[in-house]
Amino acid sequence: MVEYEPVIGMEVHVELQTQSKMFCGCKVEFGGEPNTRCCPVCLGLPGSLPVVNKRAIELMTKTALALNCSIASQSIFHRKNYYYPDLPKNYQISQYDNPLGSNGYVEISAGGRHKKIAIRRVHMEEDAGKLLHQEGNKSHVDYNRSGVPLMEIVTMNPPPPGLDQIESAEEAREYLQRLRQILLYLGVSDVKMEEGSMRCEPNISIKPKGQVEFGTKTEIKNLNSFRAVYMGVEYELKRQEKVLRAGGRVVQETRRWDDSRSVTASMRSKEVEQEYRYFPEPDLVPMIFNDEWIDELHSTIPELPLEKINRFIESYSLPQADAEVLADTPELADFYDNCAKCSKDPKAVANWVTGEFLRLINATGTPVDATKLTPEHICSLLDLIDKGTINRNIAKTVFEEMFNSGKLPADIVKEKSLEQVTDTGAIEAAVDKVIAAHSAEVDRFRAGEEKLIGFFVGQVMRESKGKANPGVVNKLLKSKLAG
Amino acid sequence: MRLSKEDIESVAYLSRLELAEEEKEKLTGHINRLLDNFQMLQEIDTQDVEPTSHVIPVFNVFREDVARPSLPADEVISNGPQVDEHCFVVPKVVET
Repeated sequence: MVEYEPVIGMEVHVELQTQSKMFCGCKVEFGGEPNTRCCPVCLGLPGSLPVVNKRAIELMTKTALALNCSIASQSIFHRKNYYYPDLPKNYQISQYDNPLGSNGYVEISAGGRHKKIAIRRVHMEEDAGKLLHQEGNKSHVDYNRSGVPLMEIVTMNPPPPGLDQIESAEEAREYLQRLRQILLYLGVSDVKMEEGSMRCEPNISIKPKGQVEFGTKTEIKNLNSFRAVYMGVEYELKRQEKVLRAGGRVVQETRRWDDSRSVTASMRSKEVEQEYRYFPEPDLVPMIFNDEWIDELHSTIPELPLEKINRFIESYSLPQADAEVLADTPELADFYDNCAKCSKDPKAVANWVTGEFLRLINATGTPVDATKLTPEHICSLLDLIDKGTINRNIAKTVFEEMFNSGKLPADIVKEKSLEQVTDTGAIEAAVDKVIAAHSAEVDRFRAGEEKLIGFFVGQVMRESKGKANPGVVNKLLKSKLAG
Repeated sequence: MRLSKEDIESVAYLSRLELAEEEKEKLTGHINRLLDNFQMLQEIDTQDVEPTSHVIPVFNVFREDVARPSLPADEVISNGPQVDEHCFVVPKVVET
């Protein structure tokens, strides 16, 4: 039986986080009343002229550099002509054969296999308006989004020597996650898939294994989450294979992901091949980038996720999995980094941050950068454990309390008298009490049922309201029960 | 280069123009005469002329990223042939 292999290309659109639109001064924002952020330029009124937003070009160049792209020394805008009601000018200002960034890559490691996914181009364009389909045969058009700076990032298939392509749904998802993480670190976009500030349109084809020529591809739209990307790509790969195995052929078309039914369905296919009639935008002059400007932008690129993960592993001796969790967002990475720097035991800090801290962050829906906790909280809590002032279980209670109130751990311990009891006399009394109260279990233990030790420890801890030093409890119990 | 009637039909579709049969015939002739005129440009020697998309020696015209007031929504839609709830109203088109 013929074995098939997939070829997956990713086209990702990202709205840049600027104050104003790409070619005019209208405000960039999500939501709001329709047509309240529009002017003659983004409405395409006759006689209006676009002027390039410098910040957008800087953010895009910074991104292209972070994605290991070469920056064009000279770049121009083109008009992409097509008729659609969300496009008031009947053309979109975009880039064609002279994109700002080209030939880069994104590193992924799906399923433990390290790959450098080749990027063909990164270019700048403007977003279109929004169509709100109504009952009946009408649509409402809101041009608030028209002209918002939009960056397009496209992968390269086949990749050049030394680089790789995406070959599974899992890799497609990871590529997108890595890309999103890089954009978050760069602070160039809020990359919210559910709000459409990051949109992904994979194109997919399969071919007999080893064949050089690509099969016919389909494009998937309406993927609004990482999960949808994974499931949509997976579904489409299986569907195409089924079509080919049944002796059919794949039709080149755009298919829409239906999240509720978990299938892709054909959208009305184009009767006429799109013909965009690109030509250089006469209203905008060329951009020339000198090395100093590029170097300056390069120097503003922060430590990126992969570098961060590797540094956490090397400097703090963390396992890969922990380092990845901690580097998930720049806010969490910074929080951990600051805690680890003030502590003698970065590994223990990592356990608390990936454990209790993230649990409480998720349970309360608190953004990491809005937490009341400071590195001082975490480090002094670890000190209290180290010095034996509190035991690990009590520390969890203290953690939650300081997370909620922002009080320092030492104050909480004092206030609630949670100090660990290490006084052998007091613990001995509790041990004696427990042994006296559970003679049946004592007999069973002495008859060889040693796992009962856990039961006794639990009882003694309860007797001490959790404050007894577990080491001392264990030692005392063992000697008394042996008795 | 000569354009055929099919070329005219395709250009008309891209421009969303509906042409009658006799208009298509007429325009095919017109456009080809226009192209013949442009053909004269081919006679010029451009050997030492660099290709250019912009004729004025101006580069890097940027604006600072500062938000400015937009038009009032009433004014935005004031030219719309059909409007509703501060939106332009168009026939429903669903295209890929």
